[in-house]
Amino acid sequence: MTTDVIEQDSHDEHHVEHKMTGIKRWLYTTNHKDIGTLYLWFSFIMFLTGGAMAMVIRAELFQPGLQLVEPDFFNQLTTVHGLIMVFGAIMPAFTGFANWMIPMMIGAPDMALPRMNNWSFWILPFAFIILLSTFFMDSGAPNFGWTFYAPLSTTYSNGSTAFFVFAIHIMGISSIMGAINIVVTIMNLRAPGMTYMKMPLFVWTFFITAYLLIAVMPVLAGLVTMLLTDTYFGTSFFNAAGGGDPVMFQHIFWFFGHPEVYIMILPAFGIVSTTIPTFSRKRLFGYSSMVYATSSIALLSFIVWAHHMFTTGMPLFGELFFMYCTMLIAVPTGVKVFNWVATMWRGSLSFETPMLFSIAFVILFTIGGFSGLMLAMTPVDFQYHDTYFVVAHFHYVLVTGSLFSIYAGAYYWLPKWTGHMYNDTLSKWHFWCSLISVNLLFFPMHFLGLAGMPRRIPDYALQFADFNKWVSIGGFAFGLSQLIFLVVVIKCIRGGEKAPAKPWEGAVGLEWTVASPAPYHTFSTPPSQKDIDNI
Amino acid sequence: MNDTEQNQAELNSRNNNSKTVKKLLLVVLAMFGFGFALVPLYDVFCDITGLNGKTNKTAVAYTATTIDKSRTVTVQFITRNAQGIPWIFEPIINEITVHPGEIKLVSFYAKNKASYDMIAQAVPSVSPGLAANYFHKIECFCFTQQPLKAAEEVEMTLQFYVDVELPEDINTLTLSYTLYDITEKSS
Repeated sequence: MTTDVIEQDSHDEHHVEHKMTGIKRWLYTTNHKDIGTLYLWFSFIMFLTGGAMAMVIRAELFQPGLQLVEPDFFNQLTTVHGLIMVFGAIMPAFTGFANWMIPMMIGAPDMALPRMNNWSFWILPFAFIILLSTFFMDSGAPNFGWTFYAPLSTTYSNGSTAFFVFAIHIMGISSIMGAINIVVTIMNLRAPGMTYMKMPLFVWTFFITAYLLIAVMPVLAGLVTMLLTDTYFGTSFFNAAGGGDPVMFQHIFWFFGHPEVYIMILPAFGIVSTTIPTFSRKRLFGYSSMVYATSSIALLSFIVWAHHMFTTGMPLFGELFFMYCTMLIAVPTGVKVFNWVATMWRGSLSFETPMLFSIAFVILFTIGGFSGLMLAMTPVDFQYHDTYFVVAHFHYVLVTGSLFSIYAGAYYWLPKWTGHMYNDTLSKWHFWCSLISVNLLFFPMHFLGLAGMPRRIPDYALQFADFNKWVSIGGFAFGLSQLIFLVVVIKCIRGGEKAPAKPWEGAVGLEWTVASPAPYHTFSTPPSQKDIDNI
Repeated sequence: MNDTEQNQAELNSRNNNSKTVKKLLLVVLAMFGFGFALVPLYDVFCDITGLNGKTNKTAVAYTATTIDKSRTVTVQFITRNAQGIPWIFEPIINEITVHPGEIKLVSFYAKNKASYDMIAQAVPSVSPGLAANYFHKIECFCFTQQPLKAAEEVEMTLQFYVDVELPEDINTLTLSYTLYDITEKSS
């Protein structure tokens, strides 16, 4: 393997000179590693922005009554917090991983469509500038929830709908371009000898996710277009007075929205399916069942959307259909959790920070999955609907699920990205602070929800005061803990222990056959068959 | 690999790429269209299954051959004003009992309290939703728009019958009208 690294290095020297310097390098870059870096930094900035909004929300909810912000501004914060975290933090972070790792994992020199890649990143900041600029306008930011149900976003809109719609359009175009790029890269640029069933599971999950994006982002684009014409051009898609139907909005939204939640979790499955085998020093248990489980989750995601709408007055057979289909998703998801545990079973485990985040992911994501199963049950959903139980559920799957997997992946590949090992002590602090505070933050929300505290309301009844205080303290602690990660990353970029080409003993995969930091151009010649067979 | 071979390989992969991109773009366009196609599909689906409490939008002829005297069904009437319409709008009677197959005539009262002429549209909805397909309107003010001059009042009629096929477990139907101001849209 050492010889391969040297060969690779000598070959790459011809190319290094193409790199531009300064800001132009980042503006004009078509290099998948640069674009991956841009995506990752962008998503982290957005994560901190959305997180700051969450801090204000938790400060307002620290005690009953209205203290800090006006109810309308509170609504704007919850809305934009959701939009930023979904479209600005989690999704671009995964696209960043895809850009950095997929070409290196399949032995390709770059993404298939490098110019489009540049374009799909650089329109993204503009989308969020448009969205965030509404805070400084007279109308205020969108205040109708990230789900932007009509008529809240049409008849009762505060005037921010047009900005919101255009921002979503740009985000959608960016996502679709990114997804097309991923699919084309995986289909056409795999190294000779790498069959589909030899691809790392990481690549598989992004492949399937990209298809989901291509299928549902256009539906979202159509939906916000209808919203735009309803609000400003007198159409009546969702207006009953003109023959439309507001409930139809929810159907179309969740037809997009449910696959969207899998878009945010399938790549997470891919990341932990990479890290857990590495630190268990075993092969991933049940590789092919993982591929089929991921595919079936993706397919099932298209026929469960109405479980978000049990309380809209659906007939009984509709509720039963969507309830059973939703519960069916627990089967492939259970297969995955089983496989991760089976991978660790009798492995020779070590607990580096990526592994800590991965194990936390498996346990806490499963808790989030179980509360999802509770929400899937129609009769009890009538109690849980629109309460903090829902908030607890989707934060368990998105924060301790998706976000923790992103941290696992970031720590795992930081040595490859920067050429330095991260500061181990600080990273462990980051993990343990995050783990404790995130549970203090989200676990009591379950009980608040069961006791009937509604979501998206800036005030609450007195009996919820104690739990909310603890939740807020957990929130502030979790928010501050994320700054440790920022420090770790900056320190890691600036220096630190030199990372070898393969810093993890149990790691497999083509990305570890190139030097650390990964040279600007990798796999200009395809990897050797031996390396591919080693995966 | 010599240079020509490499160029050829690069060319091939570029052709492959553009083919794949075209196919994927087609999927994107198709799904964008599908988003809009969901609108008529939704209506058709609701019409066929009677979901969502939507009742017939145009008059139907009376087709029942028998009146099922053994059953009585209660039909309740509810009215609601959408935001921003200053009308009085209420049923003359709040509920009525009917035998399935029997034609009934009821009236609703409306008055335009505004100081200007307005046009309104009443949109009906039946609960439970599954009963909507068994509730037939022979004549209804909701089939047309309601123009009322300032301070004008009117009694509007609804003629309906309940289908004899109405499922056994449904004994009460609620017909709800929401009144919308469509003055701007129709002028």
